[in-house]
Amino acid sequence: MQETQKAERKLFPTMVEGDHDFASVTDKISDLTLKKRTPFGWFIGFGIAFIIMQLLLMTVTYLLTTGIGIWGNNQPVGWAMPIINFVWWIGIGHAGTLISAILLLLNQKWRTSINRFAEAMTLFAVACAGLYPLLHTGRPWLAYWLFPYPNTMGMWPQFRSPLIWDVFAVSTYATVSLLFWYVGLIPDIATLRDRAKNKFFKVIYGLLSMGWRGSARHWHRYEIAYLLLAGLSTPLVLSVHSIVSFDFSVSQVPGWHATIFPPYFVAGAVFAGFAMVLILCIPLRVWYNMKDLITDQHLVYMAKVMLATGMIVVYGYAMEAFFGWYSASQYEVFMIKNRIWNGPYWWFYWLLILCNGVSIQFLWFKRFRESAFWLFIISLVVSVGMWLERFVIIITSLHRDFLPSSWGMYSPTIFDWTMFIGTLGMFFTLIFLFVRFLPIISIFEVRTLLPSAQVSHGHAGHGETREDRPNSFNESVNKAQSAEDK
Amino acid sequence: MSNRSPANPVGCNPKAKVMKKNIYGLLAEFDTPTQLVDAANRIREAGYTKTDAFSPFPLHEIDEALGIKRSILPYLVFGGAVTGLLTGFALQIFVHYIDYPIIVGGRPFISIPSFIPPAYELTILFAAFTAVGGMILLNGLPQPYHPVFNVPRFALATREKFFLLIETKDPKFNYDETREFMQGLDAQEVFDVDE
Repeated sequence: MQETQKAERKLFPTMVEGDHDFASVTDKISDLTLKKRTPFGWFIGFGIAFIIMQLLLMTVTYLLTTGIGIWGNNQPVGWAMPIINFVWWIGIGHAGTLISAILLLLNQKWRTSINRFAEAMTLFAVACAGLYPLLHTGRPWLAYWLFPYPNTMGMWPQFRSPLIWDVFAVSTYATVSLLFWYVGLIPDIATLRDRAKNKFFKVIYGLLSMGWRGSARHWHRYEIAYLLLAGLSTPLVLSVHSIVSFDFSVSQVPGWHATIFPPYFVAGAVFAGFAMVLILCIPLRVWYNMKDLITDQHLVYMAKVMLATGMIVVYGYAMEAFFGWYSASQYEVFMIKNRIWNGPYWWFYWLLILCNGVSIQFLWFKRFRESAFWLFIISLVVSVGMWLERFVIIITSLHRDFLPSSWGMYSPTIFDWTMFIGTLGMFFTLIFLFVRFLPIISIFEVRTLLPSAQVSHGHAGHGETREDRPNSFNESVNKAQSAEDK
Repeated sequence: MSNRSPANPVGCNPKAKVMKKNIYGLLAEFDTPTQLVDAANRIREAGYTKTDAFSPFPLHEIDEALGIKRSILPYLVFGGAVTGLLTGFALQIFVHYIDYPIIVGGRPFISIPSFIPPAYELTILFAAFTAVGGMILLNGLPQPYHPVFNVPRFALATREKFFLLIETKDPKFNYDETREFMQGLDAQEVFDVDE
């Protein structure tokens, strides 16, 4: 038993570096919001993102006054950039939930320093994703028709359609992610409330923290609720991208109608999401001097998750090609040939393989895994690759279906691009605002990572100890401390 | 045991000289979680029941030390999940079998497999709302005011310090004795908590 615990400690090295105590981690994280002058770089970054967001507002205005004809999608490619971008954004959100929920259940303590902004990333990505189907309905002011409510028209949604499943999945996902994020924030907002000097922010944080005071009874229910939410989010996140994949796989279009889609989509989502987490946290930890909380070890772990999920995705590509051939259906065989070398979009496929399949192979090597620079580059490449993946799946399957007479080509218009780039602007605008006004790292959870958070065992018979939890606490430090106490 | 009377509603020792005003309880401050848990064990063993502890992060040991019973929250959440599941199926069966039966894709009116995804999502949605709403309501939140906030140093409970409270409502509460007892618990300082 002792041996395994020691082995576990080796497996789970200290996730907070440097000489920190409760006060210093609290101050370090909360000062970013409360005390430090907003760095000049923040204004630059926020300014650029905010300007790019105006592209979105202009596009949406033009779209609403004109109609979705301003986009390039038309028969036979009725689903194009809006759906590509929708799936891309939803996928990015998945890493946040994976980090906050699944890694919590698996007792991976390293999630603690990155879960807060990964969850924020989820929320903002889902917000961006939601815009696309909403606007693609053509009349977004009637989007509430998607929800079942009794109405004078006597109409109901058609529940056998994957598109309605999507409405339920995505709206539930957005709601539960928001709840999860907010519950995690309550104790930290209370910290900000107690430390804020500015009266206005004191009141705002006071309202948001709901009068949290860290009572033992409250913590007790809080931890149960948090664990249950994690337990609920785990099947939820798996179901969301499965249901998104049903939009495709329930149809009969060659290239979409494959049973591998749900797991393949979920793995791709986590893959893309971890790439986005890395893209966000590599600059963040440098600019905000957070290397002692988001350590190099965190980056290595994320790189490994990326490699693992990336390999699942590569397996998915191989299986898609295999299914096409093995189905012996001439349409499937044609689709695969068309996608890989015969069709006009063949080079997208190979670009995709290069971005998602080849680039991640570098992660097998320590040199790349442990270099923040290379991780950043690979993450960017993977983000592009995952966008291309959705492009390949959607466009190459639709543009040449069963009837050659209905074949066509797709090319995006300028408004497809301004819309996509505009949502990137919106995403980063929200991220910058979040970084400025809320604690980017979960303060109370980081406190639990410190050796001094452990109740020492010197006092026999009182309560369980934290020993049975595989975490980063260094036993010798605690022994020394309890000896001092005596 | 209690000294409660109409003239002395909080039941504190009428002979106490120090105590001039009505107070909510006594609050002791500690530096480490170990001290807090030890002190909590000792106040429980001394027979105090109207107690609470405050810490900047969840401490599992404190539940046992203060004798906090396991919350009923998981059962509520299970109830929420079942309600969500039944709502999901009931809604879809009502829509596609009773109110507006229409054949789609040659499937039966009640096509359970197609109804699973929305019912599944509603299960999770209802359970999540129950978990969060239940936690907040059972905790008596939102509660912007609480007497412990009157102690200026209590602001550190969300930063680094640990606090232990004995309310005057406690039948065993006696201002002088309790204060002395709490000071003997290794506390940094003991504060009066104004009502």
